[in-house]
Amino acid sequence: MLGKGIVLGLAETARNFFGSFFYRARLTTVQFPEERLPQIEAARNFPFLVFDGADWQQGMRCVACQICEKECPPKCILIEKSKDKKPDATGKPQFYPAVFNIDVSVCMSCQICVEVCPFDAIKMDVDFELSTYDRFGGLLWDKQRLSKSNEHYHQIHPTEAAAVDAALAAEREKLAAKARAANAPPANAAPSTSAPATAEGQA
Amino acid sequence: MTSMTTAELERQQAEMGFDDGASHLLEVSMGPQHPSTHGVFRMDVVLDGERIVKLKPVFGYLHRNHEKIAESETYLGSMPYTDRLDYLCSLTNNWGYALAVERLAGITVPERAEYLRVIVAELTRLQNHACLIGFLLQDMGASGTPLMYAFRERETILDLFESLTGARMMCNYLRFGGCRVDATPEWLRQAQQAVEAFPKFLDEYEQLLTGNEILVARTQGVGLLPKDMAVQAGITGPTLRASGINYDVRKVDGYGIYDRFAFRVPLGEHGDVFDRYMIRLLEMRESIAILRQALREIPAGPVQDARTKLRGFRPKPGEAYARIESPKGELGFYLVSDGSANPYRYRVRPPSLINLTVLEEMCLGRNVADVVVTLGSIDIVMGEVDR
Repeated sequence: MLGKGIVLGLAETARNFFGSFFYRARLTTVQFPEERLPQIEAARNFPFLVFDGADWQQGMRCVACQICEKECPPKCILIEKSKDKKPDATGKPQFYPAVFNIDVSVCMSCQICVEVCPFDAIKMDVDFELSTYDRFGGLLWDKQRLSKSNEHYHQIHPTEAAAVDAALAAEREKLAAKARAANAPPANAAPSTSAPATAEGQA
Repeated sequence: MTSMTTAELERQQAEMGFDDGASHLLEVSMGPQHPSTHGVFRMDVVLDGERIVKLKPVFGYLHRNHEKIAESETYLGSMPYTDRLDYLCSLTNNWGYALAVERLAGITVPERAEYLRVIVAELTRLQNHACLIGFLLQDMGASGTPLMYAFRERETILDLFESLTGARMMCNYLRFGGCRVDATPEWLRQAQQAVEAFPKFLDEYEQLLTGNEILVARTQGVGLLPKDMAVQAGITGPTLRASGINYDVRKVDGYGIYDRFAFRVPLGEHGDVFDRYMIRLLEMRESIAILRQALREIPAGPVQDARTKLRGFRPKPGEAYARIESPKGELGFYLVSDGSANPYRYRVRPPSLINLTVLEEMCLGRNVADVVVTLGSIDIVMGEVDR
């Protein structure tokens, strides 16, 4: 019968329309700005620099090794290495980035900087509401804008952050054990023995 | 009547006695901002009334220098760019590229990673075909409903992608030698749920569309692609199979671990738009069969080959070509290495571009409205056509 297919199709549409009042599976939209879906834990959107402790300059994990700058596919990272060294979270003197800029208008959130970073210093954020009126300055983020605390990292990616902290603590423990075993001179021993304490403090 | 300039056609018409001072032919530029052209694609159409006399596809508006960028990029750095080829199916693009690098450097992939690749690739196929049918119906004038139902199902799959890879569309998930992260048991359970729920959607979708008299009238006998022309033009994918040629790279090459799965290759008979539509629906059902099998059999183990280092990756000089059955057709990557950190030559064989080359032959003599439907049934993504 001509028209049977159309009627069956309309029945399907009606089923979906009325079903949307009763079944969550048929009503998939949410009223976005007021109502939000839970953030998926693995989500990623633009990198940030992790710092330990309270002070972003003091606790910054980045040691300006510039690996991410070289590996970044669209080359959106600019790093200038510092001339001097300053102590990192464990007290060991390290270089630090004098300039660390990410042009987020170029960044494509591919996560390769995170994968290649040997110091777990750069991680992916989840913030996506980043509109700005200033398309040049507002999208070129300096190191202060990029710095976010380890607590923030724990908040957005709890599982991953716990694994990273455990790995870092284990590494420091190993270094400390090595220093103790070698019966190192006091100059070296001082920062290494303080390391496990710092690691516990963060976790 | 293939390629003739407009002037030639007008002269021919004048000779035939149509010379009443006004030209009967009208040259129309459909696109690049036409809503039916799936992106920035333009067709130079010569019309005699409503009838297509000549059609010339014009592309390149979305050219992003993909191949040259890859030649100045490390092997790892090219992976996120492959996401942006066919932006609906980033995971199959990843696989094609990863397979080419693996052939080039002789890397073996752990078992679990192979299964994960099959799972993500088949999920990609499901969401691509569902979207394609939605867009095809949108092009026919069924504004909204089929497309929104398809997007609803796509959303569950994109959520799966996001919880596995971190991104909904630009997944950047596969690596040469495996996959970037492992899937949790929770994720596999969610994937299982999504796969089990999908046939119900397909049944509803078929009830909504397949019997619909308007759809049948608009698609049967439209955009005919004969067997021999499909073969001569190098058409691949569902468009080729709708013309009745049994050629699926998953079966022919058995790349990855596809030779372990029992699935059928649906074939069309007439090579019209309706066959292409049905092939997609049937392929989705076969994909579900593959997914069920893969989710049942997936072994434990590592997901990344430990001997492959991604940073500072320098394969030995040589060349490799790898092809996969992407949802749109045969996607090939050709790589030449000179032993340095960047490929010396990098070439993509895009299924969308090659399937587009027969558009004129499929449309000649038909109406303008049929061009829109035919184009929709070829399944092109301009990101892949122009690169």
